[in-house]
Amino acid sequence: MAKEPILSARDVEIQFSLRGRKLTAIRRCSLDLYEGETLAIVGESGSGKSVFTKSFLGMLDANGLITGGSIMYNGIDISKYKTEKEWLTIRGKKIAMVMQDPMTSLNPLKKIGKQIEESIQLQQGLKGEEARAKALKMLNLVGIPDAEKRYNQYPHEFSGGMRQRVVIAIAVACHPQILICDEPTTALDVTIQAQILDLIRNLQSKLHMTVIYITHDLGVVANVADRVAVMYAGQIVEYGLVNEIFYDPWHPYTWALLSSLPQLGIKGEDLPSIEGTPPNLFNVIKGDAFAPRNKQALAIDFVKEPPFFPVSKTHMAKTWYLDPRAPKIEQPETIRRLRETIRARG
Amino acid sequence: MIKYTVKRLLQSLVTVLIIVSIVFLLLRMLPTDYYFTEDQLIKFTDAQKHEQLEAAGLLDPIPVQLLHFYADIARFDFGESRRIQNGVPVVRVIGNKFGISMKMGIISVVISLIIGVGIGIFQTRHKDKLGDHIGTGYTVFVNAVPPLVSYSLVLIFGSRVLGLPQLYSTRDTVVSSILPIVCLSLGSIAWYAIWMRRYMIDEINREYIKLAKIKGLSEKQIMVKHVLRNAYVPLAQYLPGSLMLTISGSLLVERFFSVPGMGPLLTDSINRYDTNVVQTLIILYSTLSILGVFLGDILMMLVDPRIRLSDKGGSR
Repeated sequence: MAKEPILSARDVEIQFSLRGRKLTAIRRCSLDLYEGETLAIVGESGSGKSVFTKSFLGMLDANGLITGGSIMYNGIDISKYKTEKEWLTIRGKKIAMVMQDPMTSLNPLKKIGKQIEESIQLQQGLKGEEARAKALKMLNLVGIPDAEKRYNQYPHEFSGGMRQRVVIAIAVACHPQILICDEPTTALDVTIQAQILDLIRNLQSKLHMTVIYITHDLGVVANVADRVAVMYAGQIVEYGLVNEIFYDPWHPYTWALLSSLPQLGIKGEDLPSIEGTPPNLFNVIKGDAFAPRNKQALAIDFVKEPPFFPVSKTHMAKTWYLDPRAPKIEQPETIRRLRETIRARG
Repeated sequence: MIKYTVKRLLQSLVTVLIIVSIVFLLLRMLPTDYYFTEDQLIKFTDAQKHEQLEAAGLLDPIPVQLLHFYADIARFDFGESRRIQNGVPVVRVIGNKFGISMKMGIISVVISLIIGVGIGIFQTRHKDKLGDHIGTGYTVFVNAVPPLVSYSLVLIFGSRVLGLPQLYSTRDTVVSSILPIVCLSLGSIAWYAIWMRRYMIDEINREYIKLAKIKGLSEKQIMVKHVLRNAYVPLAQYLPGSLMLTISGSLLVERFFSVPGMGPLLTDSINRYDTNVVQTLIILYSTLSILGVFLGDILMMLVDPRIRLSDKGGSR
C-alpha cells in the first residue's frame, strides 16, 4: 500500500494506576489508518480495543496515561498532548466517536436539537438560525423523519435506535476526518443493528470519513470492514484485509476467535470456546501473551515475544508459527471449514 | 399537564381539609375550662361559664361545631386568643409576628442558597482535595455540634470581634438581625452544599458527560451547560417549601436572640392551652408545607421534561 496513513500509532503504551499499582493496558501497539478505509478492531473484552482508540482523542480516564510510543496525526504527535486545549483542536472536529449505549449518552434535560447544535456552534461558529438549520439538516441526514418536530423533543421521546442516530448526527455534525464507532450496535436489537450499520456506511461515503469499528461481532466485521486488526492483551496480534483474516488467518488467537463463531458450529457438538483467561495485565507478560491458552504453543512462545511476520503485503501476524525455523503447523480444521463455508456462500 | 396540576391541587386541598378536621376534633377533646382565661376560671360561677359556652356554640353537638368551624375558616375568621393575648383576634396575634420571622427567613434562604450552592460547586471542582475536605469538615461540624453551641460561637465572635449587638432590637432592626440570620443560615448552607456536591458528582459520572466531552466541549462548558443545570433540578423541588416555611421562624434562634417572631408562638400556645391559636397555627403551617410540596412538584415539572408526560405515576 503506497498511500500514506492519515493516522499512525507506533509502539503505543498506555498504563493505568489502580490502587497504587500500574496496569499496562496497551503494550507497544502499532496501527496505521488509511484515508477512506473502514478498519475493524476485534478482540475480547479487556483486550484494550476501546482504550487504544480512546487515546486518539485524549479520552482516557483520569488515571490512564500514554507512557510510550507516538501517535502521528497530521504531522503532529498527539500522544504528547497534555492540556485540554490541545485536545480540543481535534476532539469532535477532526476525530469523533460514537459510543456504545445510546440510552444514556444524551442529556435527558436538553432538547435533541440543542444537543446537536451545541457542537455545531462550537466547532463551526454558526449561530442562531444558521446553527438550527444545520442541526435540522443533520437530523434529516441520519434518517430522522419529521426533523422540525423532533428537534424540540427530549431524549426520552426517542427509541434506542433513534437515539443512536442522534448520537451519530452529533458525531458527524462537524465533518470529522475519522469516526470511531465503539460497539455502536451492541446495545440495540438485531433489526436496528443493520440499519445503523447501513447509516454509518452511507455517511462514510457521503462525508468521506475514515471509520474505525470496535466490535466483538465478527458478523459485523465481515459486513462492513475493509481491514481487520485483531487485538489480544493490549496488542494487535494480526492484521490484514478482511478476506485475508477470514480466509487465511495465522495467529492462534485469531484461529480460536474464528472457531468460536456460532455459524460454524456442528449440530450436536459443543461450540468451541477459548479455554483459560486472558493474562493479568498487572504482571509483566513474557513471550506470546496467548501462549498459556494455546494448546499447540511452541517452546519459544513462552520465552520470547514474536515479531510480526508478513503473510502477504497487507497481512501481518505476530506469531512464531510463521518463522521459517518453526515446525510445520497446519491451520486447524475449523478454519479450513470456515474457508469452505465462505466459498460456498460466494 | 393541566390535568395533572388540577389533580394534584385537589389532592392537596383534601389533605388540608383532613388535617384541619383532625386538629379540630382533637382540641375539642380538651376540657372546656381552657376556653377561659385564668382570671375568668376563678371568678366565674358554673352558671356563668355555661352561659358563655352556650353563647360561643361550644356545647353544640360536635358535627355542628365542625361545620361552624369550616364556615369560620372560609371567612378567614380564626377566633380570638384566650390566654396569650386575651380577646385579640388570632390573625392579629400572628400578624404582628410573622413579618419578622419571614423577612429573616427569606434573607437566610437566599444567602444559604447562594453560599451553599457555591460551596457545593467549589467542592465538586476540588473533589478529594483540600478544598473539598474543608467543605465536608464544615458540614460535619454544623451537623455534629449542637446548634446552641455553634450559635454561641457565632454570638461570641460576632459581638466580641465585630461588635454586633447580641440581642434583636426593634430600634435597629438591620444590624441586630445580622447574627440571627447567620445562625439561621449555618445549617441550610451545609444542606445545600452537601446535596449540590452529591448531585453534581452524580451528573459528572453520567455517560452523556462523556459524549459532551467527545463533542469537543471544554470542562468549563460542560460544567455550566450540562452539569450545573441538571444537578440543580432535584434541589429546585425543595425551594418553594423552604421559602414558605420561613414564616414559622426558628424556635431556637428566636429565643436565643430574643427575636419577637413566630418561632416560640406554637410551643407557648400549646403550653398555655390557647386552642384557637394552636389550631390556627397548625392550619397555617400544614397548608404552607403542602402548598410548598405542590409548588415544588410544579416547578420540577417545568424544569424536567421527563415528568410532564409521566403523570400517571403520581408525585415523586
